[in-house]
Amino acid sequence: MTATDSVAGRHAAPETASVAPAIELRGISKAFGPVQANKDISMTVPRGTIHGIVGENGAGKSTLMSILYGFYRPDAGQILIGGRDAGITDSQSAIRAGIGMVFQHFKLVPNMTVLENVILGAEDSALLAPSLSRARGELRRLAEEYELQVDPDAVVETLSVGHQQRVEILKALYRHADILILDEPTGVLTPAEAEHLFRILRGLREQGKTIIVITHKLREVMEITDNVSVMRRGEMVATVRTADTSPEQLAELMVGRKVLLRVDKAPARPGAPVLEVVRLEMVDRTGVTRLRGVDLTVRAGEIVGIAGVSGNGQTQLMEILGGYAEPGARVTGAVRMNGADLPLTRTDAAARRRAGIGNIPEDRQVEGLIMDFSCWENTVFGHHRDPEYQSGPLMDNDRVRQRAERLIAQFDVRPANCHLAARNFSGGNQQKIVVAREIEEKPALLLVGQPTRGVDIGAIEFIHRRLIEMRDAGAAILLVSVELDEIMGLSDRIVVMFDGRIMGERQPDQTSAAELGMLMAGVEGGGIPPAQGQPRAHPDARPDLAKGIL
Amino acid sequence: MTRLPRWADLILTPLISLALAFAISAVVILAIGQDPWAALKTMVTGAVGSSYGWGYTLYYATNFIFTGLAVAVAAHAGLFNIGAEGQATLGGLGVALVCLALPWPHWALALPAAMLGGALFGAAWALIPAWLQAKRGSHVVITTIMFNFIAAALLNWVLVNVLRPPGSQDPATANFPAGTHLPTLSDMAGAIGVQWGKATPANVSFLIAIAACLLVWLLIWRTPLGYEIRAFGKSERAARYAGISPVRITVVAMLISGALAGLMAVNNVMGEAGRLVLNNVEGAGFIGIAVALMGRNHPLGIFLAALLFGFLYQGGAELALFSNIPRELITVIQALVILFTGALDNMVRMPLERLFGRRAG
Repeated sequence: MTATDSVAGRHAAPETASVAPAIELRGISKAFGPVQANKDISMTVPRGTIHGIVGENGAGKSTLMSILYGFYRPDAGQILIGGRDAGITDSQSAIRAGIGMVFQHFKLVPNMTVLENVILGAEDSALLAPSLSRARGELRRLAEEYELQVDPDAVVETLSVGHQQRVEILKALYRHADILILDEPTGVLTPAEAEHLFRILRGLREQGKTIIVITHKLREVMEITDNVSVMRRGEMVATVRTADTSPEQLAELMVGRKVLLRVDKAPARPGAPVLEVVRLEMVDRTGVTRLRGVDLTVRAGEIVGIAGVSGNGQTQLMEILGGYAEPGARVTGAVRMNGADLPLTRTDAAARRRAGIGNIPEDRQVEGLIMDFSCWENTVFGHHRDPEYQSGPLMDNDRVRQRAERLIAQFDVRPANCHLAARNFSGGNQQKIVVAREIEEKPALLLVGQPTRGVDIGAIEFIHRRLIEMRDAGAAILLVSVELDEIMGLSDRIVVMFDGRIMGERQPDQTSAAELGMLMAGVEGGGIPPAQGQPRAHPDARPDLAKGIL
Repeated sequence: MTRLPRWADLILTPLISLALAFAISAVVILAIGQDPWAALKTMVTGAVGSSYGWGYTLYYATNFIFTGLAVAVAAHAGLFNIGAEGQATLGGLGVALVCLALPWPHWALALPAAMLGGALFGAAWALIPAWLQAKRGSHVVITTIMFNFIAAALLNWVLVNVLRPPGSQDPATANFPAGTHLPTLSDMAGAIGVQWGKATPANVSFLIAIAACLLVWLLIWRTPLGYEIRAFGKSERAARYAGISPVRITVVAMLISGALAGLMAVNNVMGEAGRLVLNNVEGAGFIGIAVALMGRNHPLGIFLAALLFGFLYQGGAELALFSNIPRELITVIQALVILFTGALDNMVRMPLERLFGRRAG
């Protein structure tokens, strides 16, 4: 921990005087057709600092970074790297200028080894062997220097997500990157993995590397960055020293109005059990056991949150409950809805809907919406056979459209045009379409998967409020989210899933992110009581934020 | 990505593709020392310059409408039905069996029965690949291709061993009874007092094809089943989430597709030949793929594309008859049209999108 301690001292003094800044952007503009993605953006990133870029979806962060990495040519403006015009025209020249990028979705070849992935595209001779042995030595050096230990001979697909990310960072460093851009780096990490990543980043800063982190998690911005730039609607609205700002101020800058970071809700008044899951087990068609005896009850008028790193059976549980588990899986146990057993052998999502189960799926773009369908067509998806939307043998499209227009108004979907295809809406508005559709049917039980993944702050607030309203109206809600803050903010009870099992149940006001994190990592009993732990290394060091939604 | 305005997408793009295909055809014709302008004139006059030409053009177009619709319905469900050829072959068998079964007193009675026979046989031939795809995951592209060969072999056997009249040396059925002869378009024009054309094969099936276009449009865009077919075609996982059974949609869409292909036999077997002969589909099942591709799986587009290919077929036949251009070159021209309107579609689309994108910006 000594490295981290010494870094903490630098936190307040990021400026290194008299040296040209690592990156200087001057008046960058970029338009896509009628959309002005970046408007006259200027930004300076001093050498050896960690710089956060925050903004809602569509604010232009990704465009700006893509310009920096040479994917797009700006319409106007200049990029200076180390004080000189870097002449970045494509990603090759960006790499030559010392820029490395770690994408949100890793660009690794899953069935190649770490070593092969690292040299891919940087082989420097016709034969592989010399490159490989050189890379092996280089990797060993980097591993020692930056805590970037990865087995060079491991096949990438066998590595955990956190390790795969390290491979991406190693790839950039192997190409002599001085500037590292990370796009939403913690989106797929457990709290412990994220903490390790932060240690790596601080180590890199120690060595004089410059790091840009694009994120929407304000807590992480506060924890790791020296300076932070806020983008809104293609413009750079502010660049501030992290020490001088607060999450509330950043959120306000991002959205352009005051935002409630905390979920405001009255205590739950749970009623009779609506959903009862008894010893549910599931073996998928490849023979992998996904659920190992899950017991769970959700009562009317309460929100039960399932915390867990994705891939620990939450998806399968939600799919079984929603009646659309993949065919060929073997499911045993019992699922009761208001005391009546639901059939588990036959998957029929339509019957589940008729039984009063609404469903906001984890992946709105692959499951919840048909992206090429218009918004109005999507507002009856799954309910398209309900008698109220039929007229004779045909669908009553006029009626569906009228209803869609009403929903658009009620849920503030923008643009308010129900004829646009779903793919033309932003992530937050797509999610609003799904949420509107499912809430409108007034289900007795609502399954909610990752309700705010990739959704803007403003829309998050809105969606959370709707879910609380549904709960207060007496609906039972089962929530799955990888965002611990969301789980802690929304849930009345929290259960943690690990490896297809329920690890334990906690009350949100009597637990901590650290304790849940231990349960999520499979440590029985949560390991550390909430009061102890390592304060600075864990998010609960900021009790004021732990309950926030960001 | 910039989206093209609808009219440009549906009309401008295919027109430019077509112009490019004809331009390259002209170069090829020049290269073999012929006059492309004269060739074009021969084609146009031959295909649409007379009621006789129209009679053939519409006859071919009718075949292509049915097979184009067949391919399109399957395509909306995300299934590539290459088996319209075989399904139409079997449809022919169904039509022939119906026509030969009874001494039909009037065509108006024979027609619905023959349609039913053709559709049922075509659908049945599509059912097996559909079932294999839905239940066993055997890819429908592979199985439908194989079923084309099986259909051809089956027809061969049936014509030689079962349906061939005693004493005949021709692998074909007996002529259908007179009560099954469908009125040609000129007969029908005559019935309402208009003098139009003479003995050409275009017949009442053309009107059925138009009705089929309307019904397919209703099915795909106005019924819950069509909604499910389109949803399944876009995303199987989303369809499952919505409670749409992949097995059911795969089977139902292929049944409809096969039935449409089978219906083609009402035109070529019942309406034109008046008996069932070998290889009576003459590749119309494969042309249907190009027609559906060019018509963007929309019935109106398919109607127009089928007319175009009817024109190319009839015009090409005239060209082979009345010019020194070798018959093979007709195939080259048809291939170029398919290449440009189908495979190279994006070549035209992307510059157009840039053009429109700049204008919008």
